[in-house]
Amino acid sequence: MADNAEILSGLAEIVEEVAGIDTAEVTSEKSFVDDLDIDSLSMVEIAVQAEDKFGAKIPDDQLAELKTVGDAVDFISKHQ
Amino acid sequence: MSDGSGVVVTGFGATTPLGGDVASTWEGMLSGRSGVGTTKAEWTERFDLPVHISAQLAVEPTDVLARVQARRMDRCEQVAVVAAREAWAHAGLGDAPNAEGGSPQVEGERLAIVIGAGIGGAPTLLAQDDLLEEHGLRKVSPLTVPMLMPNGPAAMVSLEWGAKGGVHSPASACATGAEAMVWAYRLLQAGEVDVILAGGAESCIVPITVAGFVQARTLSQRNDDPSKASRPFDTGRDGFVLGEGAGVVVLEREEFAKARGATIHGRLAGVGLTSDAYHITGPDPEGVGQSRAMKAAVRTAGLEPADVGHVNCHATSTVAGDVGETVAIRKALGDHPVLTAPKSALGHLVGGAGAVEGIITMLSLSQGLIPATLNLENLDPGVELDVVAGEPRPTEATAAINNSFGFGGHNASLLFTKV
Repeated sequence: MADNAEILSGLAEIVEEVAGIDTAEVTSEKSFVDDLDIDSLSMVEIAVQAEDKFGAKIPDDQLAELKTVGDAVDFISKHQ
Repeated sequence: MSDGSGVVVTGFGATTPLGGDVASTWEGMLSGRSGVGTTKAEWTERFDLPVHISAQLAVEPTDVLARVQARRMDRCEQVAVVAAREAWAHAGLGDAPNAEGGSPQVEGERLAIVIGAGIGGAPTLLAQDDLLEEHGLRKVSPLTVPMLMPNGPAAMVSLEWGAKGGVHSPASACATGAEAMVWAYRLLQAGEVDVILAGGAESCIVPITVAGFVQARTLSQRNDDPSKASRPFDTGRDGFVLGEGAGVVVLEREEFAKARGATIHGRLAGVGLTSDAYHITGPDPEGVGQSRAMKAAVRTAGLEPADVGHVNCHATSTVAGDVGETVAIRKALGDHPVLTAPKSALGHLVGGAGAVEGIITMLSLSQGLIPATLNLENLDPGVELDVVAGEPRPTEATAAINNSFGFGGHNASLLFTKV
């Protein structure tokens, strides 16, 4: 089980791989869409990679609710 | 036309088996280099394909594009963007788009894209199908469709500069790149927009495409001597060599180009576009449709056949096609034009061919040098015209035609003039 810091760091690596955003920019309060400019296609890729990395499946209806990086970290933490 | 209503070329870009830009490609053409080599891929052996040669890119597009941008694009989209960037910079159209698209030089709504592919996103289709077979749905990229769709190259280029005047993607197999310029010419003549990025892109050196071309008996099997394999007009020719790459030109309404003080490198003075409705792959042996395309290009340019100094031939190095084209040339233009066949060096870039070769044709006029046809050792006796071979030939002609023909019976002729 990864703790929240490990999840944040792992998620940041995925975001860097998929969207090319520096890992240092990927912090809890950032909005995927408004702050990091990540589109819906990239969000699907990020969700699939996060599932592989943390074993937490993110259903489509939940994915749309994950507005910020912190939302995603909390979701993964509860479902891993 | 020179009354200000014409269509002018203000920029061009290319990435080809001879080089990563127009300058290195042109240098390769003049020095007689071949872009053909042994295919760098494991699958030729895995599938026991009889063709081990191709004309692969000299510069990998992934070495030029940002990593994240490249991973969202099929290889044929990547080469389109690489060529378009060079063309855009060459035309002096300014930096990235403003909020309304376009640039300080041209409004987004007055900027259009006409870029096609002959095959399109085959590499993506194959790779994603493998992922579906091996790992199931969840491993399939959400970018699969935008990467494999045939309008992908044009759409990707439109995003670069916010082109909102229309995005069009002709698909006419090996005539695509030239056909794109035909439609761009017509849009500009109609005053629909002021500036168009036009051209073609292709990267389909993948097992299924090679296998399909092999089964259609169209590819050269001269595996032991790759640089000698593409030999248009030579009696020893045995098929074309599959290549990859892209060419993009910036075409503008002449009045607009002059008003913004652009450098004009040449004029797309006339175009012809016809179809054979004869056979799905074979050309009409009488060359009627091809000759009509050339005649239309001369007519729309307001010129006479005698004005055309040379023809940059489609000539792919297939047994049937090369001689048939010369029959059509004689029918349309007479016996005076000098011929050259750039596929002898470049291989066959399929959807990219007409665009790259259109650029070569224009440079031949502006530089006064027609590149030589490589590997022409024994001229086919059916070719009763003068073919440039051995070394480039100086020319003082002011008009030349580029031909591109495609599976499906598509014939596109572009007439360029020197400024």
